[in-house]
Amino acid sequence: MRHTFAIYVEDKPGVLNRVASLFRRRAFNIESLAVGHTETPGVSRMTILVESDTHGASRLEANLYKLVNVLRVHDITSESSVFRELAMVKVSTDTAEIRAHVMQLVDVFRARVVDVSPDSVIIETTGTEAKIDGLLTVLKPYGLLEMVRTGRVGMVRGPRSVMVEPSEPRPKRSTPTDDEDVSYSV
Amino acid sequence: MRTGAQIIWESLVREGITTVFGYPGGAILPAYDALLDYPIRHVLVRHEQGATHMADGYARASGGVGVAVATSGPGATNMVTGIATAMLDSSPILCITGQVGSKLIGSDAFQETDVTGVTLPITKHNYLVTHVEDIAPTIHEALYVARSGRPGPVLVDITKDAQQASTDLLLELTDVKLPGYRPELCASKAEYERAVDLINSAKRPVIFAGHGVLLSGAMGLVRELAERSNIPIAMTLLGIGSVPAQHPLNMGMMGMHGESWVNQAIQEADLLLALGMRFDDRVTGNLKTYAPNARKIHVDIDPAEFNKNVKVDVALAGDLSVVLEKLLPLVEAGDRSTWLETIRAMKGGVAVRDIQNLADNGHLYAAHVINDIWRITEGKAIVVTDVGQHQMWEAQYYHHQEPRSLITSGGLGTMGFALPAAIGAKLAKPDAEVWVVAGDGGFQMTMAELATIAQEQIKINVAIINNGYLGMVRQWQEFFYERRYAATPLLSPDFAKLAECFGLKGAHVDTRADVVPTVEAARADERTVVIDFKVEQEDTVYPMVPAGANLDEMIRRPSPAPIVETARDK
Repeated sequence: MRHTFAIYVEDKPGVLNRVASLFRRRAFNIESLAVGHTETPGVSRMTILVESDTHGASRLEANLYKLVNVLRVHDITSESSVFRELAMVKVSTDTAEIRAHVMQLVDVFRARVVDVSPDSVIIETTGTEAKIDGLLTVLKPYGLLEMVRTGRVGMVRGPRSVMVEPSEPRPKRSTPTDDEDVSYSV
Repeated sequence: MRTGAQIIWESLVREGITTVFGYPGGAILPAYDALLDYPIRHVLVRHEQGATHMADGYARASGGVGVAVATSGPGATNMVTGIATAMLDSSPILCITGQVGSKLIGSDAFQETDVTGVTLPITKHNYLVTHVEDIAPTIHEALYVARSGRPGPVLVDITKDAQQASTDLLLELTDVKLPGYRPELCASKAEYERAVDLINSAKRPVIFAGHGVLLSGAMGLVRELAERSNIPIAMTLLGIGSVPAQHPLNMGMMGMHGESWVNQAIQEADLLLALGMRFDDRVTGNLKTYAPNARKIHVDIDPAEFNKNVKVDVALAGDLSVVLEKLLPLVEAGDRSTWLETIRAMKGGVAVRDIQNLADNGHLYAAHVINDIWRITEGKAIVVTDVGQHQMWEAQYYHHQEPRSLITSGGLGTMGFALPAAIGAKLAKPDAEVWVVAGDGGFQMTMAELATIAQEQIKINVAIINNGYLGMVRQWQEFFYERRYAATPLLSPDFAKLAECFGLKGAHVDTRADVVPTVEAARADERTVVIDFKVEQEDTVYPMVPAGANLDEMIRRPSPAPIVETARDK
C-alpha cells in the first residue's frame, strides 16, 4: 500500500539528504518527494510517497523521528486529506487541427496552456495523480515531447494544523574574506 | 579573541574531556597547534581506526564520552569502521575531523572527502562546521546528542579556515535547542498496567538483560525486579556484567553461542521481559519459531526498536531506570520455584560435561586459558575482546561480576577492536587490570597500536588465542562448507618477539601447566605483556545455533568428550 508522509524538518543544509538516505538505508523506495517552505520560517515540509505495508510505515516513522533535524512526522495516508500534484507536459502540435484538438482536451481536463510555439504547446495541470495520468493518456497519441511532475503534496482537511516550533535563527557570523591563502588545501 | 582551534579544546575541557585519541594532519593542524596550551592528554595512535576504537573503549569503560581526532580525507575515512562499531553498539563517541578550507569544499582539493556524507548513515548525527562562531555550540550540542537518549557516535567536521579564524564571541554554555530531538519518551499509564499484569500472571517468565541495562545504570533495579519476583535472567553478549555471573537467578548468555539451557528456557517461556536489548538475529535465531508461547514486553529508550524483529505485546519507551522505578512498586513478589526447577533440570549435566572440567590431556584449549585468567584475576579484570571464537569462549568462560567489565564489539563484529579499545579502557580506568583477549587474526589487524602502548607507557596484558586459523570462519566452513578451509589457515609472526620489538614483553604458552605461571608473571610485570597462547587448532565453539535455525536447535558438543577424539595429534 502507498503511504504518504508529511514530514516537517529544520531548514538546514543536508537535511534532505538525511531523510532520503534513511529511506535508502532501511530499504524503502521513494515514489515521489516534494519539499518546500512552510508557514513557519526555518521549517520545511516534505511530502513523501512510499510503497510499504503498515508495519514498514510505522518503522519508517519511528526511524524518521530519530533524525535530529526532523521535527514532526505525520502519516496522512488514512486521514481525510487533499492530495495534489502539478505537471507540465509539452505536446507536439504539428498542424492547427491537432492544436485545436489538444486545446479541447485541455479544456475538458481543466488544464491550462501556458506556452505556445509553432510546433508544440506546454500544458500545465494540477490535480490528483489519477487526473494527471488521465490527461497524459489522452495526450499521448499526439506525441509527448517532454513531461515534468512535482510529485504529490498533501494536506489534512479541516481546521486542525500540525504546529511546529520555529527553529533557532543562526547566530551572527563572520564573513570569510577573499584572501588568497585559502586557494590550496592543507 | 580566540581562534577556532582554541575554541575546540576549550569546549572539550569545560565538558570534562581530559583525554583524546588522534592523529594529526594538514586540515587539523591549527587545532593541534593550539592543543599544546590545554590540559588534555593526547594519545597518538598508529591508525585513525585505532583512535575511534580507543574512544569507544574509553566510553564503554567509563560511561562517559570518548573523543577521537583526525585530519580530513584519509584520516577521516580511516575512522569509518570505528564509527560504525560505536553506532551498532550505542557507544557515545565524539569524532572531530579537520576539513579543507570552506572555499575549497567541492573542488576535490588535496585530502578532501565528503566526510559528513560518508559517515551520515553510521553516525547518530554529524555536523559540518564552516564558521568559527559555530564551533563551540556545535561541540556542546554534539556531546549532548552523543550521550543522551540512546547514545551513539557523533562527528564534527571543522574546516581549516574555521579553525584559523578568530572570534570575540563569548563561550557561554547555552541550553541545547533541538526541537526535533526526543532523547527520552514516556510510556503511557495503560502500557505500564498491561506490562504489570503480564509480569504478575506469568508462570515461566525470563528477563533479558541487554546493553541498555549498563547504559542506563539500571543494574540494581534489574536485580531487584528479578529477586522480588523470582524471574531468571538471560543476558545478551553486551549485557554481560549487568548482573553478576554468580547471581543465582542469572542463567547466562543467550543466542547463537549462548548456553543451551538459556535458549531452551526462552523457547519454553510464557513471558519475555526484554530490557534494553534489540532482538538481534544473533540472539533470536529463526524469528518464525522464536519463543512461540511467550508474550513479550519490550523496554527500550529507542522506540524504533519496537516490533522491528519481534512483534511485542507491550512496548515501554523510556530510560530503563525510569521505567523500572515506575514498574517495580507494581510488581508482586512471586514464587516461581517450579519454573526455576525446570530450568535447573534443563541445565542438567551439561555443565559437568563442559570442557573446563576435562582433565589435562596435553592439549591446550582456549577455554582453559580464559577460565584460568578468570580464576587468577578473580573475575575482576576489564576484559576487552576481539571478534571470533575467542570472543564467545570469553563470554562463556570468563564470569563477569562487574558492570562494564566486558568490552566487545557485538553488533558490528569488528575484528581488530580489542587492542585499541583496551588502550581506551585502561586510560578511562587507570587502576583497573585490563586484559585483551584476541585471536591471531584480529590481533594482526590493529597490532600497530602496540607502539602506542609503548609510547604512552600503558600497562595492559594481551592474551592471543592463537589457533593458526581465522577460527570462527573455519568453524563455519567445518559445519556448512564441507571443511573446505578457504583462506582461513593463517600464518602469524612470533607474537612474543614482536612485543619485544616494541619494547614490551612477550611470552609463549603451549601447555596447560604453563598458563597459570605465565599469567601471574604478566600481571606482576610493569610492562605490557603479550602472551601467545598456542591453542588447539580445530577447536569449536559449542553450542551453536546455525544462522536462521530455531533457537533450541543447537549444534551440541558431541558427547561425551569429543574434543579429545577430534584432537588432531592424539
